[in-house]
Amino acid sequence: MTLLRIRGLSVGYRTRHGIVDGARDVDLDVSEGEIVALVGESGSGKTTTAHSILQMLPPAAIVRSGSVRLEGRDLLTLSERQLRAVRGARVAHVPQDPGTSLDPLRRIGPQVAEVLRIHGLASRREAAGEAVELLRAAGLDRPETRARQYPHQLSGGMRQRVLVAIALAALPRLVVADEPTSALDVTVQKKVLDHLSGLVREHGTSVLLITHDLAVAAERADRVVVMREGRVVESGPGSQVLDRPQHAYTRQLIADDPSLTVAHRGRRPSDGGTAPRPLLEVSGLRKEFRAGARGAAPVVAVDDVSLTVARGRTLAIVGESGSGKSTTARLVLRLERPDAGTVVLDGTDVTALRGRELRAVRQRLQYVYQNPFASLDPRQSVGDIVSEPLRAFGLLDSAAQRRARANELVDRVALPGSVLARRPAELSGGQRQRVAIARALALGPELVVCDEPVSALDVTVQAQILRLLVTLQEESGLSYLFISHDLAVVRSIADDVLVMQAGRVVERGTVDAIFESPQHDYTRELLSSIPLHGRVR
Amino acid sequence: MSRRSGAGGPGVGRYLAGRIGQTVLVLWGAHAVSFVLLYLLPSDAVTIKLMGSTGLEAGSFDPQTLATAREELGVDSSIWSQYVANLGRLLHGDLGISYQRGTTVSSLLGEALPHTLLLAGSTIVLAVVLGIGLGAVIGYVRRPGLREALLAVPPLAVSVPAFAIGLVLIQVFAFRLRVLPSSGTDGLSSLVLPTVALAVPLAAPIAQVFAKGLLSSLDQPYIDTVFAKGASRTQVLRHAVLNSISPTLALVGVLVGGLIGGAVITETVFTREGIGTLTVSAVQSQDLPVVQAIVLISAAAYALATLLVDVLHPVIDKRVTHARATA
Amino acid sequence: MSELDLVPPPAGPDLLDRPSPTSATDADQPRGTRPRSHPLLRPTSLLALLVVLLVVLAAMAPGLFAHASPYDSDFAHKLQAPGGSHWFGTDQLGRDVFSRVVHGTSLTLRATLVAVAIAFGVGATLGLLAGYLRGLVDTVVMRFVDILLAIPSLLLALAVVTALGPGTIKVAVAVGVSSVATFARITRAEVLRVRSSDFVEAATVIGLRRSAVLARHVLPNAAGPAVALATLELGTAIIAVSSLSFLGFGAPLPQPEWGSLVAEGRDYLATAWWLAAMPCSVIVAVVLSANRISRAVGKTGRR
Repeated sequence: MTLLRIRGLSVGYRTRHGIVDGARDVDLDVSEGEIVALVGESGSGKTTTAHSILQMLPPAAIVRSGSVRLEGRDLLTLSERQLRAVRGARVAHVPQDPGTSLDPLRRIGPQVAEVLRIHGLASRREAAGEAVELLRAAGLDRPETRARQYPHQLSGGMRQRVLVAIALAALPRLVVADEPTSALDVTVQKKVLDHLSGLVREHGTSVLLITHDLAVAAERADRVVVMREGRVVESGPGSQVLDRPQHAYTRQLIADDPSLTVAHRGRRPSDGGTAPRPLLEVSGLRKEFRAGARGAAPVVAVDDVSLTVARGRTLAIVGESGSGKSTTARLVLRLERPDAGTVVLDGTDVTALRGRELRAVRQRLQYVYQNPFASLDPRQSVGDIVSEPLRAFGLLDSAAQRRARANELVDRVALPGSVLARRPAELSGGQRQRVAIARALALGPELVVCDEPVSALDVTVQAQILRLLVTLQEESGLSYLFISHDLAVVRSIADDVLVMQAGRVVERGTVDAIFESPQHDYTRELLSSIPLHGRVR
Repeated sequence: MSRRSGAGGPGVGRYLAGRIGQTVLVLWGAHAVSFVLLYLLPSDAVTIKLMGSTGLEAGSFDPQTLATAREELGVDSSIWSQYVANLGRLLHGDLGISYQRGTTVSSLLGEALPHTLLLAGSTIVLAVVLGIGLGAVIGYVRRPGLREALLAVPPLAVSVPAFAIGLVLIQVFAFRLRVLPSSGTDGLSSLVLPTVALAVPLAAPIAQVFAKGLLSSLDQPYIDTVFAKGASRTQVLRHAVLNSISPTLALVGVLVGGLIGGAVITETVFTREGIGTLTVSAVQSQDLPVVQAIVLISAAAYALATLLVDVLHPVIDKRVTHARATA
Repeated sequence: MSELDLVPPPAGPDLLDRPSPTSATDADQPRGTRPRSHPLLRPTSLLALLVVLLVVLAAMAPGLFAHASPYDSDFAHKLQAPGGSHWFGTDQLGRDVFSRVVHGTSLTLRATLVAVAIAFGVGATLGLLAGYLRGLVDTVVMRFVDILLAIPSLLLALAVVTALGPGTIKVAVAVGVSSVATFARITRAEVLRVRSSDFVEAATVIGLRRSAVLARHVLPNAAGPAVALATLELGTAIIAVSSLSFLGFGAPLPQPEWGSLVAEGRDYLATAWWLAAMPCSVIVAVVLSANRISRAVGKTGRR
């Protein structure tokens, strides 16, 4: 029986430039007990559709046409009072970001109990007890203690479980899960999704899973619905959509998603015995940070890490948060001073360099940041940004020369010359990341450290940037130190892989070795947490 | 990776100790500043004292009188020992003797303080009620036009100087309508107009900060979570209000300072007895000990108010448990 | 009261610091707004600009606006209500109030500019140094700021007046010094925020010297709120200066500072209300305009 039936839903947004479409003529069905995944990139309309079901659209939204029938009733026609009876009780919401979705000033228990009390399902005393049981069912250890704690005392994964508990508290018929695991580590993600599936099966609840990750969708859902630019372009059972995609966009999504399709790099043979000196040699690196309270033991972020990067090759460092991979990268770049160990760049020990000597090294060693929105000065034009490294070292004195070089650089990253006069705010995330890469190339470095350079980007854009990085490497023999949490992305760009956990290196090897015969338990755990791992060859 | 820190424990103790230390430093600093301003700045502190106590003009003192006075004041000794003497007296509770009136500063303050405290008390109550009230209304209202209009009220109130408000109130209520007295210190009716005049400029920033806090809290994702539970607007507001209290509390310390400064103007406009009028007459007659005492009292009031706020802060917001030096 | 130091952001114990993929790129749901014109061009801002321009003009060339002398008494025409020949009426000595107000403009404005210049110049510099250099400099500067904040600005000014005697410039300096604290705090907070941005660190990575990073990246991005505060401070300073001259500590009579004009008019409140009301209205109008402009400037920076 159909629990949710959306027909012809069209939603627009009032903006400074007129009315922008959010969803266009969307049809969607969810049956009882079914898990449906709504997949799309940003701007696809999936979030708009989800918010329409909950009737939580922002004030600027206008519903132009269509109906959203839940259990036969059209939610678009209900009054606010009627909707309040629906929200939380008939249809519930698991929000995206566990970091900001809980009231920071109230304890966990009352926040869970609030659902029951709003819908009159329990008195105050009963609700408190019920809340503890709900937390236990959601998989939290020691739920009595957790109920008395505050959100900031719980980890991200635990907070997400609390949000799941809140959603399921009143036993709704439909749960709308909005990217419930994007902000979590992949091993935690797996656990939370497993648990959600289990709870849902137990109660026969339906789930509408909103996600940008096609692999997660295919793995977890009974049916997959693909959206693009406000429209539904394809729908069907997960395996069918993956194996026999009908629409060109679906095919592109599959091709661009590194966890579904391995981009076959030209496999370059690793150097034999005639290996010239490696470009980067790091040994015994260690870095400690003092924890907040005095007297507490310092946090060891990087513990005895050694690695080498050969010329023209890519070494990827893989790990979850807290693994120390980013700190290692920053130590290599000398943005921090190591407490122990050495960093040797092409035979020169740069570990203890300061001042002018350190600046000189910067010409050979550059950095691409993760967040393209924060790594470019919002007040500078793209031309200035890209040529600033040249100014810093006094190369190319005349403005004309600098302009010419800037043109060259943006051309290499496949951006049009017109972009030079624009400001970062006028560019998309992918375009900004290209600018950041162009800036990194300006001085002609030998090693570029990339810290999660594509994590903040849509899948299709991500694939473009990765291809660009590979092309640049082939053209100029660059080496990369590539930091990522995403093993699938790493597979498409790395030659060698280093796996880190809690500050230590747990495994190293060529990319094929790591993927085909992982040695360490943690590596195996990481691999098995990739959605649909095992399906892809 | 969970934090086990609770709302209490060693973090809070250290935080409190840090804040108390900071308060002591501020008080010491205020004394140092007052000493520098009042005793070091003037070219001749001695003449000032003599002018104050005798009422004569500068230049009418013969060298002998000057020399004697210099000795009495201890101006002969170095700046450092003067400073130490001044600080020493203070720490013993001796606020000195008024140049102008010859009585102890403490007794002068003792007479004036109760009136000002009464005014301050009623002002705080009115300012908080008005400010939070307006702020809450702004938060509750949904129509953007009405909200914009209400949000424009506090900046308006801040643009009018306190003396202007006082004069308008006198004009309307005392002279035209004749319902309330325009001056005087006795009786409840003489308290009304000064309270309103003093409270309005203080209520404005309270309303503004509280409203802004409410509106920004309402924008946060956790409010969406509450809505999704099926909550009504009032229930949602309760969440937002709790989150907006902290920044509003922080404002209180600032306002205490404003109270004392405002009292000077308001008491003058309404001819009320109190610390305010005492200050004005002390400044006019260059009565250094009285001015210094008043500066110190207000610094102490401010420091204690902000300390109280900082103590309450971790109670409301459990995230702040470490000794983080503010600003 | 201008900017306040609000609750420090919570130290997030989050696992991840990477932004979730769909939130960093172009938003799925644009936050819609009504189309608006540039904030400085809206009617109220234009009016505010006009008022401020008139005031500045009056300060520089009072003769343009008022032909009567502010000092000549004319007992035959004393205490006349506002009318054709005397726009603001006459006072108890028969002087033209409008002319007195106009001539008082330059006194008040000069004091205000001195006060704001000191507050901005000293305060922003202190804040910049504290925020960028951190460490000992930061601690010392901020403790000093704490002490300054503890003494109400009016009292600080009165203390200076007690020691040095009354006078417009002295009052101005005192008002300026007491506002240094707010500027220092705002600037420091902004510098801290900008300093920890990726693009500032990126400037180091591409090889810029520390001084170049400060000048080319930190300063331009951190200056915004301080400038907005400076325009706001104009209004606050005008109120402070006129309050002090109302109490009798500004320029000595018969110089027509706005505050002292109001004080003079206070004695005649019941009978000749215009003596106090006119200068008051001018003060309110100028402060309102300054605040309006300040808000428009603030909004421009944020676009």
